[in-house]
Amino acid sequence: MSAVLDNHGQAAGHAHDHDHDHHHRPAGWRRWLFATNHKDIGTMYLVFALTMFMVGGVLALLIRAELFQPGLQLFNPELFNQFTTMHGLIMVFGAIMPAFVGFANWMVPLQIGASDMAFARMNNFSFWLMIPAAILLMISFFMPGGAPATGWTLYAPLTLQMGPSMDSSIFALHLLGASSIMGSINIIVTILNMRAPGMTLMKMPMFCWTWLITAYLLIAVMPVLAGAITMTLTDRHFGTSFFNPAGGGDPVMYQHIFWFFGHPEVYIMILPAFGIISQIVPAFARKKLFGYASMVYATSSIAILSFIVWAHHMFTSGMPLTGQLFFMYATMLISVPTAVKIFNWIATMWRGSMTFETPMLFAIGFIFVFTIGGFSGLILALAPIDIQLHDTYYVVAHFHYVLVAGSLFGMFAGYYYWSPKWTGVMYKEVRGQIHFWTSLIFFNVTFFPMHFLGLAGMPRRYADYPMQFTDFNMVASIGALGFGLAQVYFLFAVVLPAMRGLGARAEQRPWDGAEGLEWEVPSPAPFHTFETPPRLDETATRVLG
Amino acid sequence: MKSIFNTLARAFLLASAWAAGAAHAVNDLPGGPSVRQLNLHAPATRIAEEQISLHWMMLILCTIIFIGVFSVMFYSIWKHRRSQGAKAANFHESVTVEVIWTVIPFLIVIGMALPATKVLVAQKDTTNADLTIKTTGYQWKWGYDYIKGEGEGLAFISTLDNAQRVMSNSGDVSNAPDDYLFRVDYPMVVPVGKKIRIITTASDVIHAFAVPALGIQQDAIPGFVRDTWFRADAVGDYYGQCAKLCGKEHAYMPIHVKVVSAEDYTSWVGAEMKKVAAKQDDPTKVWELSALVQRGEKVYGNNCAACHQANGKGAGPIKPLDGSAVVLDADHTRQIHILLNGAANGAMPSWKALSDTDLAAVITFTKNHWSNKTGQLVQPAEIVAQRSK
Repeated sequence: MSAVLDNHGQAAGHAHDHDHDHHHRPAGWRRWLFATNHKDIGTMYLVFALTMFMVGGVLALLIRAELFQPGLQLFNPELFNQFTTMHGLIMVFGAIMPAFVGFANWMVPLQIGASDMAFARMNNFSFWLMIPAAILLMISFFMPGGAPATGWTLYAPLTLQMGPSMDSSIFALHLLGASSIMGSINIIVTILNMRAPGMTLMKMPMFCWTWLITAYLLIAVMPVLAGAITMTLTDRHFGTSFFNPAGGGDPVMYQHIFWFFGHPEVYIMILPAFGIISQIVPAFARKKLFGYASMVYATSSIAILSFIVWAHHMFTSGMPLTGQLFFMYATMLISVPTAVKIFNWIATMWRGSMTFETPMLFAIGFIFVFTIGGFSGLILALAPIDIQLHDTYYVVAHFHYVLVAGSLFGMFAGYYYWSPKWTGVMYKEVRGQIHFWTSLIFFNVTFFPMHFLGLAGMPRRYADYPMQFTDFNMVASIGALGFGLAQVYFLFAVVLPAMRGLGARAEQRPWDGAEGLEWEVPSPAPFHTFETPPRLDETATRVLG
Repeated sequence: MKSIFNTLARAFLLASAWAAGAAHAVNDLPGGPSVRQLNLHAPATRIAEEQISLHWMMLILCTIIFIGVFSVMFYSIWKHRRSQGAKAANFHESVTVEVIWTVIPFLIVIGMALPATKVLVAQKDTTNADLTIKTTGYQWKWGYDYIKGEGEGLAFISTLDNAQRVMSNSGDVSNAPDDYLFRVDYPMVVPVGKKIRIITTASDVIHAFAVPALGIQQDAIPGFVRDTWFRADAVGDYYGQCAKLCGKEHAYMPIHVKVVSAEDYTSWVGAEMKKVAAKQDDPTKVWELSALVQRGEKVYGNNCAACHQANGKGAGPIKPLDGSAVVLDADHTRQIHILLNGAANGAMPSWKALSDTDLAAVITFTKNHWSNKTGQLVQPAEIVAQRSK
């Protein structure tokens, strides 16, 4: 676009000194379609992610309904595999990743005292790219042959047997990847260039730190995924044989490339949650985060280590002994910085003055349940044990403990913590607590029995299973229904009232222990904030004058 | 949409029938899963035993650390509450503490890695096997070829019992046996106490050969050969299932390894060898016309009809057989040579891999089908004679 008449939201706060008063807020659909405001785009990201979360949740419930008892009652195995695949793809690429980008859009500029994201129009583009991608993913169910049924890992050569929906999903992933890369560039440039004077990197809120590191991870690995799925595409249609064994291709190479993306990807999905928790625990303990510097270093080490552990997803592929040993040791090493983070959070709580509003409940729930997922990850890291547990429900239990109890609980904590700033109204504390306790209990009812199923050898992605596994599957299915209902409750009792502006007015600083620049602006945050760079105090948590 | 409602209604009916009917008692499956099993399978090999003790070690260590760390957290949550009048302290940094709680987990992790390394090294040592079996993953069955050791040359396919597959589709498992989804037609049979090397590969997509009680899981990858091994300590039946998503029937390709005594194994091998020999055709046998035509029809259907068509008319560049001079010729040698060596620069491939009897049968069939009523009979001996020329 050359005819840029309106440079509203342009980069670097110091670069524009024009008068903002003549800016009117665009109304109606134009406000959203042409949105360049980081708050509007953040809202759209969050609404989009919540929608996809509900879609992915329905797919999960369909899976659990089929697995309620042995035998095929509802779906044929082909459709079942489509559900597991799309549940994974939608939750990873449609729900968790966009939700964190939404948090970043809302909070990063507010936390560093910037007027907006660095590239406002690219920000708009990276959001709107996700809509066609989501549509492509969802309509794949109605294509000939149905949705991809390969599992979210899209392993070759099974992908070569799929129908046209495989191509549309590949295209969708390309779009989502492009969107993520643009979003990451935006976040990196914003954080590195647009911090208010006095906000040095080592004074920056932890959420910005973890997102900065996450954004680098995204830029490093999304192109790798794009490469893997492009090679799949050319294998399918243009006669190449990257992964097609019939032409001399190597299916194991696909796994290496995929997991070189896939393992950093799991940290992409957890690091921003670490950041959110690192903000909430000090706020409700009314005490500064313990070991801020070591938290930054621990997060960076996790990110760096995440590049050299990928093949622990492939212990059964038949790597040589030395390969298995290397990846086993490297993986176990990750538990060290992760443990440091847990210890730091607990030390932050130690001798604090704690209260337990919903954000804090979710934060503590996160630490507690995520640690269980961390330990099951450590157990899986041991290659000899992984031989027993690989591709069983133990793995399913493990990654739901880190992704649901980890990423999702982190996001819930962040929602309750920051939504007063977004909407200007307080959620009802009772409702938040109901949401927390039902989620926590039903989460464990659903996923804890899966450890037993996995230890007993029940393979994952099975539409039907031996009779001996019946009872735990029933428990898991009942828990899943409860967990799903808890999220419906969250939508109707917490989110929708907040979006309609129902409820008590939120104060500018609704949490008395909360520190940071986001609490220096009114609630709800006005459309434009920090239009001129604020003058900060020594700790970079307060605006002077 | 309608079909979804129908299936939902059906499921509801089935579920209520299931709930109303006497809950079907399921028993443990020895060598397979137990009802409400909480831990790994009872081990049948040294490696599986080692894996279990490794898992116990990890479980105990993790539980102790978990309880330790979280008792501190919950103590803090209990004591340091504002409602209890707690005032926030002001400390927020200590390099000493950070170093301590970085080094201690590091040492613990090293302590965990050492025993794991030992088991891993043993687990990967596939040398000096007594018996080598190649297992091939197909969509959706397992093929077992005994390629070295006693029983060399045996080869068979192992498929899920179709009655169980049908039962799964019906959605009604009220009469399911204890080995539901585990029963196969031909289990892999191996001798007890011998080192069995399993070589895995696949013909279509990736599968995984996994038997928990034996402590093995190895992907079977098309175009690649991988291996693993086990030495079963006790006679018995051990069960596993394909562990790598391989398409729609992924849940229906179980593994059944039958471990028998050395004597039983020897007699099993003897019996199987006899069966194989009985199946093989004697190329010196003299056939009746009708029997040979009947057999030839099957061979034609499996190998020739794709190009020459069922009506023998061929298509485009594919030559017709119906009325063909070569087929009608009373001298059989030309047609036999075309089948053995191919023709038209390989457009007609060589079929010499087929048995003498099959070749004789299919030639006889073409000479006596459609409008080709020659009454000529080609015996397997003629093929044998031409093969050497």
